[in-house]
Amino acid sequence: MKPARFAYDAPATLEGVLRSLAAAGDGAKVIAGGQSLAPMLNMRLARPDRLIDINAVGELGEIALDGNWLSIGALVRHDALARTALVQQHCPLLAHAAATIGHYAIRKRGTIGGSLAHADPAAQLPLVALALDAEMDLRSTRGSRIVAARDFFLSVFSTVLDSDELLVRVRIPRSSAGEGFGFRLFNQRAGDFALVAVAATLARGPDNRVARLRLAIGGIGPVPARVEHLAASETGEPFSEQWSARVAAAIADAVKIEENERAPVAFRKELVVALMREALDEALDRAGRGS
Amino acid sequence: MSALDPVPLLLNINGATRRLFAEPRRLLSDVLREDCGLTGLHVGCEHGVCGACTILLDGAPARACLMYAVQAQGHEITTIEAFDAGGELSVVQQALHEEHGLQCGFCTPGIVVTMEAWLAEHPDPTETEIRDALSGNLCRCTGYHNIVAAIVKAAARRREGRAT
Repeated sequence: MKPARFAYDAPATLEGVLRSLAAAGDGAKVIAGGQSLAPMLNMRLARPDRLIDINAVGELGEIALDGNWLSIGALVRHDALARTALVQQHCPLLAHAAATIGHYAIRKRGTIGGSLAHADPAAQLPLVALALDAEMDLRSTRGSRIVAARDFFLSVFSTVLDSDELLVRVRIPRSSAGEGFGFRLFNQRAGDFALVAVAATLARGPDNRVARLRLAIGGIGPVPARVEHLAASETGEPFSEQWSARVAAAIADAVKIEENERAPVAFRKELVVALMREALDEALDRAGRGS
Repeated sequence: MSALDPVPLLLNINGATRRLFAEPRRLLSDVLREDCGLTGLHVGCEHGVCGACTILLDGAPARACLMYAVQAQGHEITTIEAFDAGGELSVVQQALHEEHGLQCGFCTPGIVVTMEAWLAEHPDPTETEIRDALSGNLCRCTGYHNIVAAIVKAAARRREGRAT
C-alpha cells in the first residue's frame, strides 16, 4: 500500500505546469485533489515516473460567470461546487450532484477537473457535465482547444486528453429560466460510487408539454450516456400522472446496459426505471409552470 | 542524487515548523507517524475509505494517506494531538467520552478531527446530517449510535458556547 517511487514537481503557474507536462512525456500524471489518483498510486495500479502537482496554481480555483456560461476552474473542490452561490444559482444540478460525492473529507480535497479527467463511468461529475452540455478547456504548450463533454470521454478512465494537455476549466451553460433538474443515484454504502446514477433537466412548454428535455445515465457503460432521444415518442406528450413512468420504462427498454463486475444487468435496468422516474418527477416539481 | 531520492521538507504541524527529509512518494500519514512521532492519527486502509488518518489541511479535513508529505509544504497541518492542547478535551472528545462513543478507539482520532471541522461549518445539524457526515469514518465497534449521540451533544454545546 505504498506507491512506487516518483519524482515530484509543483509549478506555481499554469505555464510552468504546461512546460512540465510537455517535458515529462507519457510517464507523468497530474495530481490535483488526489482522491482518485492517490489510491491508485498507493495500490500501484498506476506507477507514473513523475507527479505534476497543480494545487499551487491559484487561477485554476476560480468560479466566474462569463455571459451565459459558468466558468469553473479545474481545481475547484467538490465541496465548493456544492456550497458556492454562483453554482447553486446557475448550475443547480451540478451543486446538488457534487454534494453527493464520496464523504465530507473527500469533497474538501477532490476537484472537478480531477474527476472529469479521471473519467470513472459511475462518477457524478462526468454524468452532470454530459447532461449540462459542458465544454472542457484543454491547454498545452502547443495551444488550446475546447472539447464538448459528449466528445471528451472515450472509455473507462479514458478521455481525449493528450499526455501534455491539462484540463484547465469547465464551461457550463447557465440553467435557463423555468428549467428544473432531477438527480438520483443508487449505491450500496454511503459515499461509494453509484451502481447507476441519473440526471435530468427539463422545462414545461406551452400546452403543458415537455420542453428542453435532457437525460443522462451513468453506470451502464464505459462512459455516461445521453438518452433523451430514446424516449422521443413519449416526450412530445402532455404531462400526466404516468408521464415520468412511461419515459423511464421506454428508456430502460431501449438503452444498452453493459455487463460489469459491480451489479447484474437486470438489477441495473430496474435501477434505471426507478431512478429515472424519480429524477423526472423531481425535475417536474422544480420546473416552472411554463407558458 | 536523482529526483526520486529524499528531498528536504519544511512542514508546519500544529503550529510548529519541522524540518525533515522524505522521498516524494512518502505518504503524509507515514511521515507524521514515523518521522514526527505523531501517532495519534491511525493508518487503516491507505486508500481514503476508512477515515482513521484524517487531519486538517489549512483547516479542512483531508485524508493524510491520500497526500504525499511533499505536497503539504506551505500548508498548515493540524493533527489530533492539537485537539487536547493544555490537557483539556475538545468538545467532541468530551462528548464521545460521556456518551461512550468509542470502544477500541482506532477510528476515534479521525472522527474527532472530521467532526470538529464539520460542526464548525454545520452548527445546527439534524441527526440524519450527522449520520451522513459520519459515513466517511468507519467504526467497527460501536454501531455508531453512541457516536451520533455524542455529536448531537457536542453540536448543542458548541451552539451554547461551552465545552461540557
